[in-house]
Amino acid sequence: MFTIGDPLIILAQQLINGLILGSIYGLIAIGYTMVYGIIGMINFAHGEIYMISSYLFAIFLALVGLFGVSSVPVALLITLVVTLVITGLYGFSVERIAYRPLRGSSRLAPLISAIGMSLVLQNFVLLSQGANTQIFPSIYEGVLRWSMGSKDNFVQITYIQAMIIGVTVVSMIALNILINHTPLGRACRATQQDRTMANLMGINTDRVISLTFVIGAAMAAVAGMLITFNFKSFDFFIGFVAGIKAFTAAVLGGIGSIPGAMLGGIILGLAESLFAGLVNTDYKDVFAFGLLVTVLVFRPTGILGQPEVEKI
Amino acid sequence: MGPIVIVEKVSIRFGGLLALNEVSFQMEERHIQAIIGPNGAGKTTLFNCLTGFYKPTEGSIVLRRDGKSYHLTQPPMGSFRGNPAGWMGGFLRNLFTSNPIHRTALLGVSRTYQNIRLFAQMTGIENLLVAQHNSVNHKLLSGIFQTPGFLRSEKKALEKAWYWLEFMGLEDTANIEAGNLAYGLQRRLELARAMATSPRLICLDEPAAGLNRQEIEDLNRVIVNLRNEHKISVLLIEHHMGVVMNISDRVVVLDHGEVISEGTPAEVQKDPRVIKAYLGEEEEDAPPQSRREA
Amino acid sequence: MEIDFIIFNIPVIILEQGALAAGFLASLFYIRALDLRAYGEMIKDAAIVGAIAMVLFVPIVGLVLKDRSLVFQIERSLMLVGAVAVGRLHISGAVRARVGIRILWRLALVGISETFAFFFFPEPQRNLIVLVVLVVLAIVFALEALLRSGEKLDSIGSKIMGAWPAVISRAKGRQGYLMFFLVGLLVLLPFEPFINSENPFITDYHLGTLTQTLIYILLAMGLNIVVGLAGLLDLGFVAFYAVGAYGYALITLHLGEFGIGFWWALPITASLAAFAGCMLGFPVLRMHGDYLAIVTLGFGEIIRILLVNMIDFTNGPNGMSAPRPTLMGLEFTRRAKEGGVPLHEYFDIPYDATYRYVFIYLVALALALAAIFVFRRLREMPIGRAWEALREDETASKALGINHTTVKLSAFTLGAAFAGVGGVLFAANEGFISPSSFTFVESAIILSIVVLGGMGSITGVIIAAAILTLLPELFRDLQQYRMLGFGLAMVFIMIWRPGGLIKVRRRAFVRRDSARGASNPALGEAD
Repeated sequence: MFTIGDPLIILAQQLINGLILGSIYGLIAIGYTMVYGIIGMINFAHGEIYMISSYLFAIFLALVGLFGVSSVPVALLITLVVTLVITGLYGFSVERIAYRPLRGSSRLAPLISAIGMSLVLQNFVLLSQGANTQIFPSIYEGVLRWSMGSKDNFVQITYIQAMIIGVTVVSMIALNILINHTPLGRACRATQQDRTMANLMGINTDRVISLTFVIGAAMAAVAGMLITFNFKSFDFFIGFVAGIKAFTAAVLGGIGSIPGAMLGGIILGLAESLFAGLVNTDYKDVFAFGLLVTVLVFRPTGILGQPEVEKI
Repeated sequence: MGPIVIVEKVSIRFGGLLALNEVSFQMEERHIQAIIGPNGAGKTTLFNCLTGFYKPTEGSIVLRRDGKSYHLTQPPMGSFRGNPAGWMGGFLRNLFTSNPIHRTALLGVSRTYQNIRLFAQMTGIENLLVAQHNSVNHKLLSGIFQTPGFLRSEKKALEKAWYWLEFMGLEDTANIEAGNLAYGLQRRLELARAMATSPRLICLDEPAAGLNRQEIEDLNRVIVNLRNEHKISVLLIEHHMGVVMNISDRVVVLDHGEVISEGTPAEVQKDPRVIKAYLGEEEEDAPPQSRREA
Repeated sequence: MEIDFIIFNIPVIILEQGALAAGFLASLFYIRALDLRAYGEMIKDAAIVGAIAMVLFVPIVGLVLKDRSLVFQIERSLMLVGAVAVGRLHISGAVRARVGIRILWRLALVGISETFAFFFFPEPQRNLIVLVVLVVLAIVFALEALLRSGEKLDSIGSKIMGAWPAVISRAKGRQGYLMFFLVGLLVLLPFEPFINSENPFITDYHLGTLTQTLIYILLAMGLNIVVGLAGLLDLGFVAFYAVGAYGYALITLHLGEFGIGFWWALPITASLAAFAGCMLGFPVLRMHGDYLAIVTLGFGEIIRILLVNMIDFTNGPNGMSAPRPTLMGLEFTRRAKEGGVPLHEYFDIPYDATYRYVFIYLVALALALAAIFVFRRLREMPIGRAWEALREDETASKALGINHTTVKLSAFTLGAAFAGVGGVLFAANEGFISPSSFTFVESAIILSIVVLGGMGSITGVIIAAAILTLLPELFRDLQQYRMLGFGLAMVFIMIWRPGGLIKVRRRAFVRRDSARGASNPALGEAD
């Protein structure tokens, strides 16, 4: 991808790559952080939902093509909307099946059922779509390039990568408006503070919880679509590692905090890219998990999180 | 007999809230001492400082036992702040040395909770056996191979557990999971569990909450018996004046995180500041007739 | 194991038809037992669930991506949707129906699965599906009957099942004999091929599979300490299994010349795994529930990535060979390595590969029994009680003077030691190990054994280990559906039977001495 250049160029390129990777992690991390904020549990099936959104995106793009929509932007728009809706429905179903019946039971029970759910989703896709790596068509090829001195020394960003950053920013703004400036968002925040009280105040907390799963899934779908665009290949197993990474991002930023999730995602993306570019590619996942453990040991509340106080 | 607990100028701050403000009092050994005060006065916070759950921002709590003094507020290894490896040191201290809750418990302080915290899926007698963890032989190999020493220690622990179950009238429900017991029985079981640790000082957080008149009479008898027969000091938070006034030797009154009065029940009862704290200023309050209606 | 489908076909067909009829009957019962409004609600509910299922399943199941184009398999996705909707209808009906009808409903499930299988699967698998459902149902029935022993049984179906517990409760006093008999049977089992050498019923393959089941029992006992007793959800348990297997392979490879073989490697590797468990324990001491789960998951992945990438040490993804165990220095190979003596030459008997299988099976049996024994003791020991107390309420147990650091670490350490032993057995049984044997899937299998069997229970976990390892072997054609089934089972067990198949029965204490009632100083006069 990059030619022989001086370390500074490599560093700059890795920073850009890290930013893009980080945006993706951040988008997935939002799902973890929102669900954790409201029900205090990790949605273990979240990574798989992200994986499913990749499949849905490719499937519907192909389907729209079969129906004879020839304009690429129109096809993308239709696919985008359909994918968002169906992925959201997956998030909704996960909550209804694996979480809602277990509300009020022991802490371990929903965790185990969610792990079961992630196994189900993964194998369900494996059985239906097969284990082979799927290839996504190349759309919007093109590169923005900044030369540094000679012709061989340059930093580049593809159109798609630029789009990833753009879409991430737009989704963050949209989410921010939804959470902070709408009645729905107010209900969400109230439920996060105190579910019982919110319920007594007439907020349908069941619906809020469902909504949280749906929004989280939709954000994961945005991430899934963007990453499919970028890497042009995916398989049924991508959700596993992406899930752990995004969770690391959420913890890094402070679980429960939406800006924290984005921040954590970008920090993790940058750290991982720099590690991969400057130290070793094989162990970049080890590095990311190591980072997770370190953060949890020394600052369990993350960067922007608030400490949890146990009432005695 | 000297004091068992000396609380000196204990303050604790949660963010902007000063929950306890220079609280000082002493507690004599083998006394029943009550801490009373309106809701939000800082009673449970004080308890949590005493039992190591919270670390006071300032002040000291000293526990005296067998003529020796133990500072509950200071870590046993000395302060780690200012140490170049402070952060790491703090982390290691947390890992390797006992934490304050655990340490306080080992010094012979035991407690119950406002919201019952039993081991719900374990039976009553198992709850009491857990409480004796430090006094039984808990070596791994002797337990797996059931050495005679291990069996002896288990037998002793069982006897003690049965004793306290019977003491609290729980012998018939010994094999029922604690979570399935009725509320009153759960309260009694929690007290029995606290006693099974063989404490010197027992801290009871609203032991009479939710009990009926008969149960409260039983409770009073139990607490007095603990002091008289088992030579235990009892510190209790209670709203129920029937408990406080009948059995306590001394009463400490807290309001807004400060000690406003201290003395025998009779003295405290007459203290105008206490009356004011509980009933408010006469002229600021609602007219008498409306209060009667309420 | 090959199943002769022709034999199964006729009874299966009869059962299918019977089940369908029963399902029809069950739906009649719903109509009679419930008022019409409830019936309408049920249908509406099922329709909504079906509609959601349609949106979820049609794209993924019905439209298959192939070479950037789509293969339409709409029919198969609609069948799935139908099965979900009908299943939902029956479930909501059964929840509302009386107990007796539930049994009919379960039979109806067989009918549903048959209809479902008919469209979804090719010929040989169809009947297999029905068979799986039947076997599972039979197990559920049997267990339920066992569990209900004391309760009053209120339907003919369960009355028939109710005959069982009576037999068992009578045998309770002779439980020791029963155990003795079972263990004896398991010990004698592998010698069958020698007695019946003409046409042995038990083959080497069977012994290998049974050995694997025993290894899973061993592993599940280890995880049962961590998850079941201490309540620490460890999703990276496979890491210690890997440490055991690789530890064995590496120790025997590098230290083999000093005479360190299987028997020496066993305790060394177990301590190695225990050490790894302790090391994992440190950073996660203060984490609870969810955090712990994800960190242990990451830990498992770290170990796997290390195994793949440390090529000089572990030979990377290609894996490495592990030596077979020896019996007091005697080898089970046809020709011994340098300096070794093969077993058959020593005893002057003809070479037979089965000896090796028998030997590993017996070793695994002994170790699994030892694990069960140790687990039993641990559960009733102070440390076991402290684990459970920590699971129930960490703060309260700290306030009783329990050092949560050592208690948690001991759970991780002991659990990992069990896994280490399991890993050694696995490596010795397979003779070859590679990182692909130690993925998250393996952790998930062990976890589902513990969860399905009942966290903290022994009998349940043994049964679950047997079911989850032998059932897939029995139905090899359905191997690919195994993980899907495990996942579904984990979800539904948590919803319907959070305690697992067999809920742990607490140990009952009886007061021995005669001091009872003599001293009740406080409450005596009040009562």
